[in-house]
Amino acid sequence: MSDMDMEDDGSGIVKKFMFLNRKAPHGTVYALEGLEVVLITAAFDQDVSLVFTDDGVYQLMKGIDTKGIEVKDFSKTYRALEGYDIEKLYVDKTSMDARGLTEEDLIVDVTVLSDDEMKNLMEEQDVVISF
Amino acid sequence: MLHIVNKSATERSSLDSCLRLATKGSAVLLIEDAVYAATKGNAAAAKIQAAAADLKIYALGPDLAARGMAGRVLDGVNVVDYGGFVDLVAEYRNCQSWL
Repeated sequence: MSDMDMEDDGSGIVKKFMFLNRKAPHGTVYALEGLEVVLITAAFDQDVSLVFTDDGVYQLMKGIDTKGIEVKDFSKTYRALEGYDIEKLYVDKTSMDARGLTEEDLIVDVTVLSDDEMKNLMEEQDVVISF
Repeated sequence: MLHIVNKSATERSSLDSCLRLATKGSAVLLIEDAVYAATKGNAAAAKIQAAAADLKIYALGPDLAARGMAGRVLDGVNVVDYGGFVDLVAEYRNCQSWL
């Protein structure tokens, strides 16, 4: 960061933020808490990428019905992210393959990345936050 | 014995430990994130299907539904509801939860 930036009040600085989601929904609170933080971040006009890898890809499954376990179904919220200008959603192909999933199984449109593409995307971030 | 597993097999080793140490004729009930192992295409599916030869494999229906997995259950896995969970606990002499 240059001295000019340091003297700025910070309002004009846009950083590349990646939220890396690696947990299945419901079994732990990580997925829901991560989504809450992403929605908060949307208020700060940053360059946000949302990535789903490992069991995190399960967060985006279609057909989730949580009535039987009496917890909130937050899967619909992923479809609202576009309205908060969070439009960069990525899933990791290796993780999808290990779980027998394809893009057709997911509740939102995503970009499917190879391992090399994932590596590059992570490398170019200013901040990576993991849930 | 009734073995209960609640962790995802693609994240933790609980299911492996359970299947390694469960004796023939025992039951394994998959709940919470462990239900993914009983779904088609999951990396652990082959382990479940191999284990089903010697063990009775059950998965909790409400946990499958909550994960969008109700329609993807492997053949040979018995889906039970909460009442079925209680019946299993009552049916077996003892139980082990692989937390």
